[in-house]
Amino acid sequence: MERGTAAPPGSRDRTGTSLELGRTKHPAEGKAMGRTLAEKVWDDHIVRRAEGEPDLLFIDLHLLHEVTSPQAFDGLRKNGRRVRRTDLTIATEDHNTPTLDIDKPIADPVSRTQLETLRRNCAEFGVRLHPLGDVEQGVVHVVGPQLGLTQPGTTVVCGDSHTSTHGAFGALAFGIGTSQVEHVLATQTLPLAPFRTMAVTVNGELGDDVTAKDLILAVIARIGTGGGQGYVIEYRGEAIEKLSMEARMTICNMSIEAGARAGMIAPDSTTFDYIRGRDHAPQGADWDAAVEYWRTLRTDDDAVFDHEVVIDAAELAPFVTWGTNPGQGAPLSASVPDPAAFEDASERFAAEKALEYMGLAPGQPLREIPVDTVFVGSCTNGRIEDLRAAASVLDGRSVADGVRMLVVPGSVRVALEAVAEGLDKVFTGAGAEWRHAGCSMCLGMNPDQLAPGERSASTSNRNFEGRQGKGGRTHLVSPQVAAATAVLGHLASPADLVDDRIAVEA
Amino acid sequence: MEAFTTHTGRAVPLRRSNVDTDQIIPAHWLKKVTRDGFEDGLFEAWRKDPEFVLNRPERQGSTVLVAGPDFGTGSSREHAVWALQNYGFKAVISPRFADIFRGNSLKNGLLTVLLPQETVERLWQITEADPAAEITVDLVAREVRAEGVRAAFELEENARWRLMEGLDDISLTLQNEAAISAYEASRPAFKPRTARA
Repeated sequence: MERGTAAPPGSRDRTGTSLELGRTKHPAEGKAMGRTLAEKVWDDHIVRRAEGEPDLLFIDLHLLHEVTSPQAFDGLRKNGRRVRRTDLTIATEDHNTPTLDIDKPIADPVSRTQLETLRRNCAEFGVRLHPLGDVEQGVVHVVGPQLGLTQPGTTVVCGDSHTSTHGAFGALAFGIGTSQVEHVLATQTLPLAPFRTMAVTVNGELGDDVTAKDLILAVIARIGTGGGQGYVIEYRGEAIEKLSMEARMTICNMSIEAGARAGMIAPDSTTFDYIRGRDHAPQGADWDAAVEYWRTLRTDDDAVFDHEVVIDAAELAPFVTWGTNPGQGAPLSASVPDPAAFEDASERFAAEKALEYMGLAPGQPLREIPVDTVFVGSCTNGRIEDLRAAASVLDGRSVADGVRMLVVPGSVRVALEAVAEGLDKVFTGAGAEWRHAGCSMCLGMNPDQLAPGERSASTSNRNFEGRQGKGGRTHLVSPQVAAATAVLGHLASPADLVDDRIAVEA
Repeated sequence: MEAFTTHTGRAVPLRRSNVDTDQIIPAHWLKKVTRDGFEDGLFEAWRKDPEFVLNRPERQGSTVLVAGPDFGTGSSREHAVWALQNYGFKAVISPRFADIFRGNSLKNGLLTVLLPQETVERLWQITEADPAAEITVDLVAREVRAEGVRAAFELEENARWRLMEGLDDISLTLQNEAAISAYEASRPAFKPRTARA
């Protein structure tokens, strides 16, 4: 994990020294002033600090899944190493699992082998695993928080870039590669290059029709997919403080789409209330000690960020992407941009390529773009609040003819909660498919994929070429926009729906 | 890890920005449980186009990839690095790399070199004008050389040393066993454990 040299316009280095790669600037170095949240958590995990070396950080929680772990376990075996802290490690199956017929053998032999490999590795090395069919199975970033394992002030890693999700709790959480997975398994530590700090302050209040997803898509469009590179972003301000944990997770989840190393939000009573009583929440005196510590996890008033972005919540509106990276987005009320309008040559070329791939023309109103498929789910928007939001729009309405809508809960627990609330009936009643938990169409590793040329409105996090299936075209949207789009058959927000609901007696 | 000191080879100009890891290696390849056999998945979708630069006969056997900014964005899949290496690439040059991709590359001995956009543009011009032109990536001297180009690049000293020696990161870390144990002993009791109650 090393940062590059390029920084967003206006960024500065508070020490006045070069930010080139050759320099080593430790977070707490040369600072008589206060520290940011990220710096506090970092400092509390330093196992070893030595001149000219990256800090060695302790990892509090290591999450595993089937896709990025097999080669790491192989490495352990080859070198005769064990898992150092099985009590800080937990695995589940999500990326490659089917969302239909989960009680039958997995049809694809290669997928089946991968899942069997995880099961064998977890048994051999003594790692707790929640496999397909287990009540705690689900998308790894939904499972950690719901078990109460994700806590403020912890370091959380996983071989998945959306590990940034856990930063919503004031944890320092980031995705790692398989070599690092092996490193953490063997040592429970990681040598990490220093980072820079960025504040994204959202002043005011989000409007009724604006969600956390719209906010983070707008942030990425503003700073770009490389704008957060080398930074840990702290989201703060009135609008952030008012958000639920689910919404905060949506925001931190997509920090990686801005290229950031991590995203964080200072823990507060909303955070503590979410954790209290969960399976792995501290109990009794431990709870009191934990909360006392958690309350210290705030950026000091005199701390200085390396870069600051300020956003006025009142200016935000439902936001969707038109291109093939998450930074290529615009308000739903806007039109497809003209690549010729981009001043930067590489952005212009990227926009041209994106429109060609997406089959869109400059000037086309985003609201008029028809879709074939709507996907609600993923570690970005697959939690209970997301399903409630989509269901509330769909309730009493129907999915448009010719549109396929998939609803994939983020975990079995989320599914059970949704069923208890009758949300599954709302979805199936409207003509949507209610599936089993997993990553599903977010990355199209399992059979849930777009066909070539098909277009989706998706609550997931990436609109890359072919991400949801070879030749598939993805528009990233909020759960509310996804549901309204399903009803109308073209990109739309709930405000576009006429009140034609079929009255249903409660 | 294979040590890296210096490498000279022909280049592939990839005039694209934001080359994400889904392009480098599509998700369906991630079902494999090995570190090899990913070469046919490299840029799989783009390679369907016979005109794609990697398909050009004059680019066969090239070992240095010269790409636009924000190379390796997106997923943390280390398979992207393995795919580039399995195909035969030894180094990738770009004005900006995504963090996780860069970390993964250096842990596998694939040298990722940061150079300014202008220099990347020069290298593109050189290799486009003459596909046989060679580019040298010299980690010892910390510079990239090609006809008429001599560009210094930065790499954090510790990472450079590990690369040049081909050191195993885990072995290095395990030398700090005492420090790790001491840290573990000092952790507060309220920290979460995955062990079932």
